[in-house]
Amino acid sequence: MSHDDHHEAAHEPVGYGTYFITWFALVFLTAITVTAAGLHLGATSVAVALVIATIKASIVLYLFMHLKYEDAAFRRLILVMLGFFGIMVGLTFTDVMFR
Amino acid sequence: MSTAHVGTHGHADAHGKDVQLHVHKDYRGSKFAIWLFLITEVLLFGGMFLLYSVYRAKYAADFHTAAEELNTLLGTINTLVLLTSSLTMALAIAATHHGNRKLALWMLAVTILCACTFLVIKYFEWSAKFHHGIYPGSAHLAAFPRGEILFFGLYFTMAGVHGIHVLVGAVLLTVMFIRVLNQPNAKLSFVAGLGLQHAEGARLAIIDENGTALWKGETIDSTMQRIDVKTKFWPVKSRFKVEDFNQLENAGLYWHIVDIVWIFLFPLFYLIT
Repeated sequence: MSHDDHHEAAHEPVGYGTYFITWFALVFLTAITVTAAGLHLGATSVAVALVIATIKASIVLYLFMHLKYEDAAFRRLILVMLGFFGIMVGLTFTDVMFR
Repeated sequence: MSTAHVGTHGHADAHGKDVQLHVHKDYRGSKFAIWLFLITEVLLFGGMFLLYSVYRAKYAADFHTAAEELNTLLGTINTLVLLTSSLTMALAIAATHHGNRKLALWMLAVTILCACTFLVIKYFEWSAKFHHGIYPGSAHLAAFPRGEILFFGLYFTMAGVHGIHVLVGAVLLTVMFIRVLNQPNAKLSFVAGLGLQHAEGARLAIIDENGTALWKGETIDSTMQRIDVKTKFWPVKSRFKVEDFNQLENAGLYWHIVDIVWIFLFPLFYLIT
């Protein structure tokens, strides 16, 4: 790959195997979250479900959506979005809780 | 593969592999724009998730009771369908990177099939709900406790908006399927053999500029009227350029976001019983 091509041809092709492993991990985590819901963990059950969902989403972002192979600007974009969403959630709850 | 230089406006890259008119486009920019769009999508659903969490905090018990109504088995099947479609989407893009057009088409077809399966399951799920009088604005639902009405309102809105995204994704991927199917994206024809009758007995060959034979064929006989030389540019490894499939990658990103939204919808609506 020449230097001029650098910005166009982003990264070397990812092998098919990586995606199969990713899929297995996602199915495994789905099995865990469904099983955990059946255990009736009470108050912690939502936290467990959200943690697993976040891990699953991160796996999709990093591997299926190639965030792992993109440059830092893409990751920063996600962090800015999460930051704004955090502010939105935080401000809403400070309003709702003290009403 | 031959690296014969044919396009008059084309220019060879460092390896002399480029045989087509090369238009410089900002593919990274287009990908970045898609990511910006996806962030607006995430915030669209994010707003609804925020609404969900506020009402869930207020009516925790009602939300638990209402969630019992949802079919966990169908929800789990749909989760697996979407995860599998994400896998085949990623494989379709990887296949184009490896120059395997056939595999890319098959994987795209499976992805579209998964999108349709998801919607068909959703149809049966919602039909059952409607049959039991649970649908937005129904008199039956209006008699439910307040928290349960809110739960179903959020469920139909969020799963509905998500369903529309699945439908849009299916259409988008069908367009991409047709685009990949219509590869080769370039075809060149040469007509040779004026005065072929004088060449009877000679042997056909295609030679490059150094005189090296790229291909040797049949002997010309009196039945031959004309010789056509056609070259098709398939996305084979030697000439594949990532940017040829930039749009497919962008469509793939959209499809994966649809999957991510469902990854959060599924536990929050189906698994909180």
